Amino acid sequence: MGYTKISKDIRKKILKMMYESQTAHLGSCLSCVELLTILYFKILKINPKHPLSENRDRFILSKGHGAAALYATLSQRGFFPEKILDTYCQDGGKLPGHSTINCVPGVEVSTGSLGHGLPMGVGMAVAAKNDGKDYRIFVLMSDGECEEGSVWEAAMFAAHHKLDNLIGIIDYNKLQAFGRTNEIMALEPLKEKWSAFGWQVKEVNGHNFSEIEKSLSKIPFRKGKPSLLIAHTIKGKGVSFMEDKLEWHYKNLTEADYKLVLKKLS
Amino acid sequence: MRKVFIDTLTELAEKDKKVYLLTGDLGFSVFENFAQRFPKRFLNCGVAEQNMMGVAAGLALNGKKPYVYSIIPFVTMRCLEQIRNDVCYQNLDVKIIGVGAGFSYGPLGATHHAIEDIGILRALPNMTVLSPGDPIETKQLILKSYLTKNPTYLRLTKGGEKVIHYENANIKIGKPFTLKKGKDGVLIVNGVFLGIGKNLVEKLEKMGYNFKLISMPTLKPIDKKALFNEIKGEKLIFTLEEHNIIGGLGSAISEILLESSYDGLFKRMGIPDQYPHAVGGADYLRRKFALSEGKIIKDILKNYEKVK
Repeated sequence: MGYTKISKDIRKKILKMMYESQTAHLGSCLSCVELLTILYFKILKINPKHPLSENRDRFILSKGHGAAALYATLSQRGFFPEKILDTYCQDGGKLPGHSTINCVPGVEVSTGSLGHGLPMGVGMAVAAKNDGKDYRIFVLMSDGECEEGSVWEAAMFAAHHKLDNLIGIIDYNKLQAFGRTNEIMALEPLKEKWSAFGWQVKEVNGHNFSEIEKSLSKIPFRKGKPSLLIAHTIKGKGVSFMEDKLEWHYKNLTEADYKLVLKKLS
Repeated sequence: MRKVFIDTLTELAEKDKKVYLLTGDLGFSVFENFAQRFPKRFLNCGVAEQNMMGVAAGLALNGKKPYVYSIIPFVTMRCLEQIRNDVCYQNLDVKIIGVGAGFSYGPLGATHHAIEDIGILRALPNMTVLSPGDPIETKQLILKSYLTKNPTYLRLTKGGEKVIHYENANIKIGKPFTLKKGKDGVLIVNGVFLGIGKNLVEKLEKMGYNFKLISMPTLKPIDKKALFNEIKGEKLIFTLEEHNIIGGLGSAISEILLESSYDGLFKRMGIPDQYPHAVGGADYLRRKFALSEGKIIKDILKNYEKVK
């Protein structure tokens, strides 16, 4: 199955979960679908049949509010049956609105408060290095998350300890909870900031499969340094009336909109 | 206490390669030996406690047994949400070692005092909270909590505490330990008040009163049955602690007593709900808050008269 078809299926699953649960963060989920597709269908050394195998690559969704995208991707990759997705945010369901450790196979870490994923990834990277293991740790962060001081504490630590088995990815959709990132708390120059903190940085179009695949195929970006991929993305990507619209951080899908979106995606 | 902690941890690290020590740039002149012996398992995380606690969680997620060390406010409150989400919510085997219980760092000011930590950490599900009062309790509780796999907070006083227990005293997590029997009332103590409590019951004895002294170094979980066994038939119970009167030992014991059939008099003694603005050492600050031995004895006897 091609990446385009996979990502389309993942988007449909996300939309269904969000519509049925009438919950928020749709825009944030849609902006990282291509990143998750390449990670889970090409880059990560994982086996859905053995989700806890010792030498697996670890993936941390530090932007835990994108949980629906992670669940949809894990299901698509065969970690658990698709019907579990119907329980997303439902009473008695298995899938909370922020990713929670072992709620289903494949979810490595509990997240939901921003700025927690990278420090935990750093701890895992230290363990891997000290154990002489060659698995890698991938941490997907949001752009607004980079306003958290803990991200930069972890950034300093990772570079100091030369954790080149650690890869940070920023879903840079340029919208945070209250508006544009550059209006609320300017992140730029983002690349230079990470470089100055000792990371090797690459930038890609976060919706271009071949660009993402190419950049993540050679890790570390530079030996002895942690790697950071800035993925330029569009919030709400894939649904024309949601794209680059702040309100889709919050809004719920109406029945009419949901039907319209499904039709367009098909 | 720090010396007991690091000596005990060094013994454990010798036997168990999973043991890591993380510090927020503290432990000068105490941790050097550990760092030299286990360089890969000693991580000075710098002055960045949020990251340090997250790193500990990441290590624990990958099978390690991290001990995270700093002065209490920095290793508890500065990184509280990391303790809550990363450590407690995920129920990870992370041991938090805070130094400077109560007024241990007295003259350094309230930023360095630890008078709210127990109340805060006691409210976190999965967390065990320990506040030993002498080197024996410290060593025993480090060894016993090493055998557990849940988050644990161990609160150390700064040093120089006298040995109160016998060398082989069997201190257990969750259990009270009676050091002296008595029929006139009970003093339940922890932390620095273990030593003070011993002085108090000795002084009271000289005055003709026979008080029982119970050490309660575990704040959570407390074995209620074991506690009731120790206070059966008592009519006068005091708790003494170097912590805010809200949330610490007194609160923990009162929660249990109020839900029991206890119908005697109960009184908490600790730091009133305020920051000290006076400058001085721990003894001086305790006196400022009416926690000198003389004032405490007066208070105890005043209440004793009420129930006599």
